Amino acid sequence: MSSVARVNDFVVKFANVNGSGSASANGLFAKSILRMGVPVAARNIFPSNIQGLPTWFEVRISESGHLGRRGGVDLMVAMNPQTWDKDLAEIEPGGYLFYDSTKPLPHEKFRDDIKVVGVPLTAMCNAAYSDPRQRQLFKNIIYVGALSALLDIDMAVIEQLVGEQFKGKDRLIAPNIEALHMGRDYVAQNLKAIGLRVRRADKVGDRIFVEGNAAAALGAVFGGATVCAWYPITPSTSLAEAFTGYCEQFRTDPETGKARYAIIQAEDEIASIGIVIGAAWNGARAFTCTSGPGVSLMTEFVGLSYFAEVPAVIFDVQRGGPSTGMPTRTQQADILAAAYAAHGDTKHPLLFPAEPGECFEMAALAFDLADRLQTTIFVMLDLDIGMNEWLTKPFEWEDGRRIDRGKVMTYDDLEAGKDFGRYLDVDGDGIPYRTYPGTHPDRGGYFTRGTSRNPYARYSEEGAVYVDNMQRLLRKFETAKSLVPAPMRQDASRATKSGVIYFGSTTPALSEALEMLEAQGRHVNALRVRGFPFADAVGDFIAEHDQVFVVEQNRDGQLRTLIMNEVGVDPAKLVPVNHYDGTPITARFIAGEIAAKLAARPIAEAAE
Amino acid sequence: MTYIAKPRMHHPKLASNSLGFTRRDYEGAVSTLCAGCGHDSISASIIRACYELELPPHRIAKLSGIGCSSKTPDYFLGNSHGFNTVHGRMPSVLTGANLANKELIYLGVSGDGDSASIGLGQFAHCIRRGVNMVYIVENNGVYGLTKGQFSATSDYGSKSKRGVVNHDSAVDLVSLALQLGASFVARSFSGDKRQLTPLIKAALSHNGAAFIDCISPCVQFNNHVGSTKSFDYVREHNEAVNRLDIIPPRAPITIDHAPGTLEMVTQHDGSVLALRKLDAQYDPSDRAAALAFLQQRQALGEVVTGLLFVDPTPKDLHDHLDTVARPLNALTDAELTPGAAALAELNASLR
Repeated sequence: MSSVARVNDFVVKFANVNGSGSASANGLFAKSILRMGVPVAARNIFPSNIQGLPTWFEVRISESGHLGRRGGVDLMVAMNPQTWDKDLAEIEPGGYLFYDSTKPLPHEKFRDDIKVVGVPLTAMCNAAYSDPRQRQLFKNIIYVGALSALLDIDMAVIEQLVGEQFKGKDRLIAPNIEALHMGRDYVAQNLKAIGLRVRRADKVGDRIFVEGNAAAALGAVFGGATVCAWYPITPSTSLAEAFTGYCEQFRTDPETGKARYAIIQAEDEIASIGIVIGAAWNGARAFTCTSGPGVSLMTEFVGLSYFAEVPAVIFDVQRGGPSTGMPTRTQQADILAAAYAAHGDTKHPLLFPAEPGECFEMAALAFDLADRLQTTIFVMLDLDIGMNEWLTKPFEWEDGRRIDRGKVMTYDDLEAGKDFGRYLDVDGDGIPYRTYPGTHPDRGGYFTRGTSRNPYARYSEEGAVYVDNMQRLLRKFETAKSLVPAPMRQDASRATKSGVIYFGSTTPALSEALEMLEAQGRHVNALRVRGFPFADAVGDFIAEHDQVFVVEQNRDGQLRTLIMNEVGVDPAKLVPVNHYDGTPITARFIAGEIAAKLAARPIAEAAE
Repeated sequence: MTYIAKPRMHHPKLASNSLGFTRRDYEGAVSTLCAGCGHDSISASIIRACYELELPPHRIAKLSGIGCSSKTPDYFLGNSHGFNTVHGRMPSVLTGANLANKELIYLGVSGDGDSASIGLGQFAHCIRRGVNMVYIVENNGVYGLTKGQFSATSDYGSKSKRGVVNHDSAVDLVSLALQLGASFVARSFSGDKRQLTPLIKAALSHNGAAFIDCISPCVQFNNHVGSTKSFDYVREHNEAVNRLDIIPPRAPITIDHAPGTLEMVTQHDGSVLALRKLDAQYDPSDRAAALAFLQQRQALGEVVTGLLFVDPTPKDLHDHLDTVARPLNALTDAELTPGAAALAELNASLR
């Protein structure tokens, strides 16, 4: 048997029991590698449960900077007997199994084509600690210590991280470091090195390690959001909680200590979006964050926002659907539900961040767009981006950047006698002017309604008036095309008639898949969609290619459907590549699917 | 409804209030409700209350849901911003609007379908949050726009126009509002303007969640024998516990009264509520007693009206959230955006 031998390029997966305190130990492991200058992507794969069910933590170590999931596991840290068989099966041939060897296991519980590394963790804990909770918690720290020895992780780095983690609770530092050494010493005295190794590098640079939900929350603070109304739902809850934390930090009036924000945990998602719409109607920037089930509940209000033209921002942190679906697993399956939310003819701009850096930027942008377009803007995160820490370039903000409030008529405008028609298209871009309530004693008042009305906001059921208004809304949507983030194109090293379209959290795995395909001599041009309505570049890209793969994380190819519907292309040209088992898509999956489909299609280029 | 638009002209001697506004300046579009509808009387009381309180019309925001009652904000305060939201969801929109600008006066108008059926949840939660507002339910016990179905406030045993007897228990919004912590709770009757107008004035002067349940008979679908929300029925069973006069802040107090029959309550804004007791035992400062009183009298078939509870110095949602004095919608870019230096510091903490 030949063992896998890799430096700074392997996958470690931790199989744990939920609620056993493994999360912070595993996080310590990932961050220590990062501090050694080696890029890391860490993903939680967790159950909808507080205690007892299986949970996994997958760490991709990649000096070359591949931050998507690769597929396969080189070192499995199997700490959960419930999932032992499945976890063992996932290990690459020649890979490694790390396990608690306290209790002897029969030979048939192992595999012949992997290398087994046993450390008697339970026995060590039982000998060192008497308190059951301590036995459990320190077991995790002991295995991190053992792994640090096996993988050659710098102990000084880990010790420093422990110091940072328990800052203010200093009495916890020494026992944790002691436990780390316990594991480390055991390996030094009893085991040989394995073929996987971490070596110091300088590939992390000034990048930061942060969750997309936190990044989006911070973007909302910078974007000027003052009102947040939300209802707890996985995987969006941490966005509202991060917003609360950042507001306390950045939005507390330094003189009075009072809040320059208002956060309401509403009674449900309907009330959440209602509060957002009321606040935005009254001139405050407001948002809610939710997931698919919440979007379903909000749709009536989204229709009101569309038709009465009231700004709103919704962060949809997508999870596995339909219905309750897989609440703690990731998908990109709300694309159509968001794009066409509500009854009647409606469509709404969507933003597709690919990683936390874009979550920050697009969150701030969403508030400008909502005010500019006077409609609901959806920011489409997913669980993979939202709840995992990703390596991303530092957040940037240009001082002096102004908040764009859009077309708002002021007291002075009204006083100067400007004609105010709330739904009057004065500039030809479909966007009318609005007034905030209370602006002027006798001008600019109007009645906002979800019923049909004329350009001066008077109730009307006349067909022609209704049609004019609906056409104006289409003009406004056309204007949105140039305001949402433009797609980003990356061409293959050689001219090709094959293309791929993708978006969101698929991005890092797709970039790696393109490299794999290039190495096989398969060339594919790539276009990353970042906003809806689609820029003309999307249609142009499809026209340039004979076949275009559309890679997404849902069953039905929702982005593909949206492109077919909105861009008007031959559906046969758009080849779906769909991954939807709830785990983040992998580079191997994408490369495998595209390679198979390219091979199956006898086109001139494939024969070259 | 009438098809004749009201002329803009009015009598040259029509009185103005201190802001220079006449009563006409508080009116809105011509009502499209049925002739004789109780809701139009409530609109008239709102107009009168705002005129007499000398409120600048544009500083009032009026919000409603869907239904006959929710159409009425179009028919008063024509210079105010209005928002006809979605069915049963006015409370959340009003809450959001209030969060954005605490300086405006918020008037929520709803019906019994809007607030007791589809919107019961939102009704409850905006009351329990203590949103500073006046929330009026124009309660006719029936779905008017869809032609005569029972609503959730229809009394058990009452009969529909088609002769169907209601076998569901009624939702009593007044009891709910009391239980949920509303700091001003009243019930009135659209046929009693003398009672209703001062109640609306007092509610508008109140600095917290003020709720008025106003029974407002539906002349088309719920004004027949067997209905418990008809003009005749309510007149016969109306038991007012008190009569209210409201005295604006700093105005001289001159009220004639027999000793022991008058109670004076000073509200946060300095306005004084002068309550003439009609029921000697009734104490509108005792929430628990009010609840018990209502239950007892309702069991006897009485429709208890008047100012049922008031806490003159309530805390509102902004107090709970401890927001800055300036409205959130008026904060400057500098107050909202932390800036590049703060961001650099934050970046450093994420490595």
